[in-house]
Amino acid sequence: MSKIQNAFKNGKAFIPFITCGDPDLETTAAVVRSAVENGADLIELGIPFSDPTAEGPVIQEANIRALSGGVNTEKIFGLVRELRKDITVPIVFMTYANVVFSYDPEKFISICSEIGIDGLVLPDIPFEERDDFLPLCRKYGVDLISFIAPTSKDRIAMIAKEAEGFLYVVSSLGVTGTRSEITTDLESIMKIIRENTDIPCAIGFGISTPEQAKKMADISDGAIVGSAIIKLLAQYGKEAPCHVGQYVNSMKSALS
Amino acid sequence: MTNPKGRFGIHGGQYIPETLMNAVIELEKAYEYYKNDPEFNEELKALLNDYAGRPSRLYYAEKMTKDLGGAKIYLKREDLNHTGAHKINNVLGQALLAKKMGKTRLIAETGAGQHGVATATAAALMGMECVVYMGEEDTKRQALNVYRMKLLGADVVPVKTGTATLKDAVSEAMREWTSRIADTHYCLGSVMGPHPFPTIVRDFQAVISKEIKEQMLEKEGRLPDAVLACVGGGSNAIGSFYNFIEDKNVRLIGCEAAGRGIDTFETAATIATGRLGIFHGMKSYFCQDEFGQIAPVYSISAGLDYPGVGPEHAYLHDIGRAEYVAVTDDEAVNAFEYLSRTEGIIPAIESSHAVAHAIKLAPAMDKDKIIVITISGRGDKDCAAIARYRGVDIDE
Repeated sequence: MSKIQNAFKNGKAFIPFITCGDPDLETTAAVVRSAVENGADLIELGIPFSDPTAEGPVIQEANIRALSGGVNTEKIFGLVRELRKDITVPIVFMTYANVVFSYDPEKFISICSEIGIDGLVLPDIPFEERDDFLPLCRKYGVDLISFIAPTSKDRIAMIAKEAEGFLYVVSSLGVTGTRSEITTDLESIMKIIRENTDIPCAIGFGISTPEQAKKMADISDGAIVGSAIIKLLAQYGKEAPCHVGQYVNSMKSALS
Repeated sequence: MTNPKGRFGIHGGQYIPETLMNAVIELEKAYEYYKNDPEFNEELKALLNDYAGRPSRLYYAEKMTKDLGGAKIYLKREDLNHTGAHKINNVLGQALLAKKMGKTRLIAETGAGQHGVATATAAALMGMECVVYMGEEDTKRQALNVYRMKLLGADVVPVKTGTATLKDAVSEAMREWTSRIADTHYCLGSVMGPHPFPTIVRDFQAVISKEIKEQMLEKEGRLPDAVLACVGGGSNAIGSFYNFIEDKNVRLIGCEAAGRGIDTFETAATIATGRLGIFHGMKSYFCQDEFGQIAPVYSISAGLDYPGVGPEHAYLHDIGRAEYVAVTDDEAVNAFEYLSRTEGIIPAIESSHAVAHAIKLAPAMDKDKIIVITISGRGDKDCAAIARYRGVDIDE
């Protein structure tokens, strides 16, 4: 069984997203540890990309800060090796297809497996284009995470049936970023998903407050939060770890 | 395993967020239906002929031919189309298709502004809303085109992220499309992006080579020996090449923007300097660093200033059917001035890249050989920028 499922054994899961190297890798490591101490169940680590087409302005800027700070794929592998000395919760990488493809997918995914990365989230790889990555992910025991979007409709069953690790359910149209209201009929989407798979589902995009997180987790198995955390990093920089910790604590409490 | 769609060899595909998948599937279905619909084709033909001014002329450049002293040179005058470039061919097709699909709003990216102007024009004609995304850097280089788009009723959104050029405008248009799909068609301007765009745009631009072939047979009774066109994403080039792909004796030559040179970082020559990657919805060649970060490319030409190339060009390069050469800013500017002086035709700085290569190629060919250069657009929009390049400051 996938290690990712452990993240969903402690009640509803809270999943923070953190861009590696924003503003530097030492801060990223401290933020991850602070998030885990405060109840984060799974860590989504972003490998920055020059042109993140699925991100709103907040995460776009984090990508720019990280890349101009000199972070790269090798250094991020080093960060994970360091974190895995004490961090046991599941960790997934979120990045864009070209980062993996350009590195050499087999080399990248085998290193993921070796350093303790449990899954890979690639927003520009839809169901039909998994062939460059899926066979390698299976070979090395890294889950390739699938997305369900508000527009997926007749595709939901097809995607859910073959999903591995957890299903990333996109709450709203558009790119990542905080939203005051989420209006998608997620109950109906979740119903179709549940009819087709038993793997856990976490909802992401647009979630920032404990109330929103609870509402989303009530109908699924967990909530993913990115932009709200990245905003704390933008605001506090190297001082961000304790602020992120407090925030994660408030979010996890709302889910418990 | 699933069947990969929209492939040109290993290139192409649909590398996009799940949110957009049903939109591209719906587009593909609509296109497959309407491309064989006689009524759609009649409407499109009427628009191309009566509104855009097709067929465009194939002009024998006699002075240039004599001056260079080699192959006979013909110019395919896409610059004479309504709105001043080949972009209108694709836009009229896509706007009509969008309208049939019940869409009321067009969004587009633009580099030099020619595709933006063409989209704004089609939107005005068909009574659709229009928003154009344009890199902030390009809004400065092409201020006149920004004004034209606004005059035509479009909103122009300056994109400030990244290098603030064409690549960032594409990213922003894709982001916008994921947030508003139901009433909006993304009118992509080149043979790039996810399937079915490279095929749709190629089909709508293929009218260029269809006409070249007919006009050449009429004027010379034979096919040309070489067809030259500039390549950014590659829409005028694929349009110029497409109906000659099976005619193996016709050399197909794509001219990329080398910027300050392919041995510098300030270049946009993707086939010369890029490698295989996945970006903007497609697998193709991209200028990128060792970790797959997309390179900040450069060319004097806003329309060629793009770090990738359409997947069908990548394929034609792989199989050796088309040749791709790199042309520097300097060579393009010289060609811009040369064609203006020699033939009284001011070509777009994009098209000037193809003219520049012809200036090198023609003298080395025999006088009984024929080459065709596609003049993809007119150069009025570039006059201020070229003047600046030459150290002359003029008010636009």
